[in-house]
Amino acid sequence: MMSIFKGKEKVSDEKVEITEKTVKNGEVLIDIKDVELVYGTKSNPILALHDINLEIKKGEFICVLGPSGCGKSTLLKIIAGFHQATSGSCTMNGQPITGPDWHRGVVFQAPTLYPWMTIRENVEFGPRMRGLSEDEIEKVRLHFLEQVNLKGFGNKSTFELSGGMKQRAALARVLSNYPEVILMDEPFGALDALTRDNMQGLIRDIWKKNNSTVFLITHDIEEALSLGTRVIVMSKRPGTILREFNLDFTNRIYEGKNDRIKYTDEYLNLKDEMLEIINSQHVE
Amino acid sequence: MEKTKMKFTVEQMMTITTWAIILGAWYTVTKYEIVSKTLVPSPQRVFTSFIKIMKNGYGGDSIWIHLGASFQRLFTALGLAIVTAVPLGLLSGYYKKVRAIIDSVVEFYRPLPPLAYYTLLVLWLGIDNTSKVTMLYLAGFAPMYIACVSAVTKINQDYVLSAKTLGANQNQVFFKIVLPACLPEIFVGLRTAVGVEYTTLVAAEMVAATSGIGWLVLDASKFLKADVMFVGILIMGITGILIDVVLRLIENKLVFWKGHV
Repeated sequence: MMSIFKGKEKVSDEKVEITEKTVKNGEVLIDIKDVELVYGTKSNPILALHDINLEIKKGEFICVLGPSGCGKSTLLKIIAGFHQATSGSCTMNGQPITGPDWHRGVVFQAPTLYPWMTIRENVEFGPRMRGLSEDEIEKVRLHFLEQVNLKGFGNKSTFELSGGMKQRAALARVLSNYPEVILMDEPFGALDALTRDNMQGLIRDIWKKNNSTVFLITHDIEEALSLGTRVIVMSKRPGTILREFNLDFTNRIYEGKNDRIKYTDEYLNLKDEMLEIINSQHVE
Repeated sequence: MEKTKMKFTVEQMMTITTWAIILGAWYTVTKYEIVSKTLVPSPQRVFTSFIKIMKNGYGGDSIWIHLGASFQRLFTALGLAIVTAVPLGLLSGYYKKVRAIIDSVVEFYRPLPPLAYYTLLVLWLGIDNTSKVTMLYLAGFAPMYIACVSAVTKINQDYVLSAKTLGANQNQVFFKIVLPACLPEIFVGLRTAVGVEYTTLVAAEMVAATSGIGWLVLDASKFLKADVMFVGILIMGITGILIDVVLRLIENKLVFWKGHV
């Protein structure tokens, strides 16, 4: 880990600059203020997001929970820079977000690995596009393929891998850029329950070990409870933030190396509370 | 015995049987002279003509010169079509304004039978290769251009977005993502173009030419050499299949991930 970090600093000026101004844990990384998003035609505008205020702090694991169609993916796309907010502001380190950028890595629901590249070429894609040296590219690739347990799969084609492996490769591809924040749009939604459990453990470990900041969208309450340091519950359209929960289960699961916490009253009560908020949305 | 039996599927057996019946019917019809021998030569005669033409050529030139003449026209036109239709098609898919300029022109001339404007091209460019290559180029351009436009418009947008979030710039997105993502459809366009060009070529050589495999058939018909015509047609059919096989091989090599997008 240390050697990679050293290598990273000498690679490009841009990266050094980022390293210098990198915010400390707990400081605001991304600031979303009064964001509103309208789409559709002028005669038939649809309000997708309304009055969104959110600060993403360095080191946080934010889980956004909400019914489908609540605009949680739209929010992620605004942060990623794929969409521009109709009004309000979205800044990262004080700079407005105007487009996609490698400081914000995105893991899509369906892995967007490129089938014309091998797994290793996929993982190397970011560093290579940014013009890092061959040495550095190799170091990064070896490190992250190992971190996502895909050591030895580098020369495989993307379509030779299972769904969970593909998603892990997609994660390694994002990690290899050392993004300041990792945005994930229901990354485990298409996986079977067992694989999903493993993936949740893996992403928690990676978040802890790399001291990353994660913004994860899900419709699975358990997933949000067991992963997030903060869970944000959104309403159905127009999407607004209904409640925020500050949690510690993920740290405790990490330290205790087991998820017995899932059977405590504290956990179950919170789960009920969240369910109630979400269900109250459906009744009308 | 068991093993050789297992080599053929039912469908393959049906294909083989079909051809056996066709050849059998041809043999029977000529054997009992149900139709004139001059119009339908026997398989044996076609075979001897085939050997003779392969050995001595036709009309003073060897068969390879005829095939070479045809192929030269075909591949010159195809090469020109690839280097123009692929970039223009991809650009059209990318930029609506480029599409606005090119699309309507292509849509207008695409359904025209190439032979219809071939007569004009002969008037303008003469009876030589230039008019033929130009016509073949136009015939091949349209399907390839259309395939490229459709390829770009169908591209998975998440591929492009994820490339951008990984730090790729516009150029890198185009060459590393858009171009490979479009390759499967470009190949469909290419194979269609080759098919159209090949049929058009033979027809063009029948209208005005002094060499080529199409000319061979036309010339033989003037002298009522049905066996030679049969040979010419057989050669056309076989080379057509061979070209497609080669293209498929290249495709499988280059687009090995086809169907896994």
